[in-house]
Amino acid sequence: MIQLFLRDVGLSVRSGGGFGLALIFFLIVVTLIPFALGPDQTALAVIAPGVLWLGALLACLLSLDRIFGLDFEDGTLDLLATSPLPPEAVYIAKAAAHWLTTGLPLALAAPVLGMLLNLDFETGKILCLSLLLGTPALSLIGAFGASLTLGVKRGGLLLSLLVLPLYVPSLIFGAQAVRLAGQGLAYDGALVLLSAISLGAAAILPFASGAALRINLR
Amino acid sequence: MNNRSIAPTFWDRFWRLANPKVFMGWSGRALPWVAAAAGLFLCSGLIWGYFFTPDDIRQGSTVKIIYLHVPAALMAINGYLLMFVGALVWLIRRQHVSVLAAKAAAPVGMVMTLIALATGAIWGQPMWGTYWVWDPRLTSFLILFLFYVGYIALWAAIEDEDTAADLTSVLAIVGAVFAMLSRYAVFFWNQGLHQGTTVTMADGAQQDNISNVFFQPLLLSMMGFGLLFLTLLLIGTRTEVRSRRLKVLQARERME
Amino acid sequence: MMPDLGKYGLEVNSSYVLSLLALAVIIGLYAKRSRAVKRDLAAMEAVHDA
Repeated sequence: MIQLFLRDVGLSVRSGGGFGLALIFFLIVVTLIPFALGPDQTALAVIAPGVLWLGALLACLLSLDRIFGLDFEDGTLDLLATSPLPPEAVYIAKAAAHWLTTGLPLALAAPVLGMLLNLDFETGKILCLSLLLGTPALSLIGAFGASLTLGVKRGGLLLSLLVLPLYVPSLIFGAQAVRLAGQGLAYDGALVLLSAISLGAAAILPFASGAALRINLR
Repeated sequence: MNNRSIAPTFWDRFWRLANPKVFMGWSGRALPWVAAAAGLFLCSGLIWGYFFTPDDIRQGSTVKIIYLHVPAALMAINGYLLMFVGALVWLIRRQHVSVLAAKAAAPVGMVMTLIALATGAIWGQPMWGTYWVWDPRLTSFLILFLFYVGYIALWAAIEDEDTAADLTSVLAIVGAVFAMLSRYAVFFWNQGLHQGTTVTMADGAQQDNISNVFFQPLLLSMMGFGLLFLTLLLIGTRTEVRSRRLKVLQARERME
Repeated sequence: MMPDLGKYGLEVNSSYVLSLLALAVIIGLYAKRSRAVKRDLAAMEAVHDA
């Protein structure tokens, strides 16, 4: 399982692996927001938590079909299915690799991009923390969605449709935590609930995804 | 020797419906009655509610929307519950009738969700000032709507019937967990305007909860919606059972 | 015969019209598909039994 994890991370970082794409997309979305909504500094500061969370979420969404897609297409996934590694472990390894190469960089980049939206440094720290706690859920849920739509041709849109409603609780708690922090209110409740979702996803989704992988690789 | 009664229990008889032939036979006989009852309750509930109930002291005549909004909302949730159960039974027992019932329930549940959303928004507009407010209950219904759409879309996207049944069932179960999570999250996020249900008559007679005058037609309407849901569920499941048999025959013909 | 809906006539009536329309549509779709599949299956079974 560790080997699979390292392999996926390596593949992603290599050229053509799409490593920087999520970050670039995040940057583009964040720069587009002031163009769309006007440059008023106070207004931007108000919406910054939500926009940054949403941007990170959408950037995560983009790279989801790579999780299984490439291996499915060239038959590697079938080989993995016949190996002694259970599908649940394949799922965990791949979701973890996705988080390391997508979720984590996004979380670290967010406070920097927050400066473009007039987000102050203290709130930026909480933003980073909330994303660190929340993006595992995004990777886990996203990989689950990818395991469901494995066999669907050009299933990217379907994948987004399935995954976005599942992202809603994480988005609500994550953005709310940052908003509360910005207003100086207590935000630990939101962070706890956010972590609970990530942990809950880690507990349940391996089995659901394992089942989906088995079904798709029959 | 063995004195145990061998009379079938309710559940024994219920599980016999898993046999497509038994199901088709029973549902075919039940359908006209269910449909007629649905029509009766629905009409009486809505006509009573629309024509013969007083206005509310604060909400005016918009309280009449309750006869659509509440039953639809109940059915929206009921639909998802049914999908969840059907999915579970399929994954455990692999009986087609149950998953086909789940498949048939989905579009109906989705329409009920839409009705709940639309009537909720229209009802809310004069009360709250805008068509859409991120009120927790309305928002969780919007999320529920998206879950329905995803489930239906996944069924449509996969060609092999049994694979589609399996994957959509996994989705339905995970979705149910997240739907409950979302509901809680949404309440956390916005305390909301859907404060308790106090309905008062225009002449000032205050009741704590929905008074009898409003409640009886509401009850009829809820039964009407429920029976309508059942009617469509039966029709839809029968169609799916037939459709499956049709595909089997078509496949057989292709091989001959 | 029409009840006095006061100033909320539009809201109430549009709710009823839209809801009944939506119900009519879903009932219609289900009935239509049911008939079509029933017909196709009967045709198939006729050929099959023949």
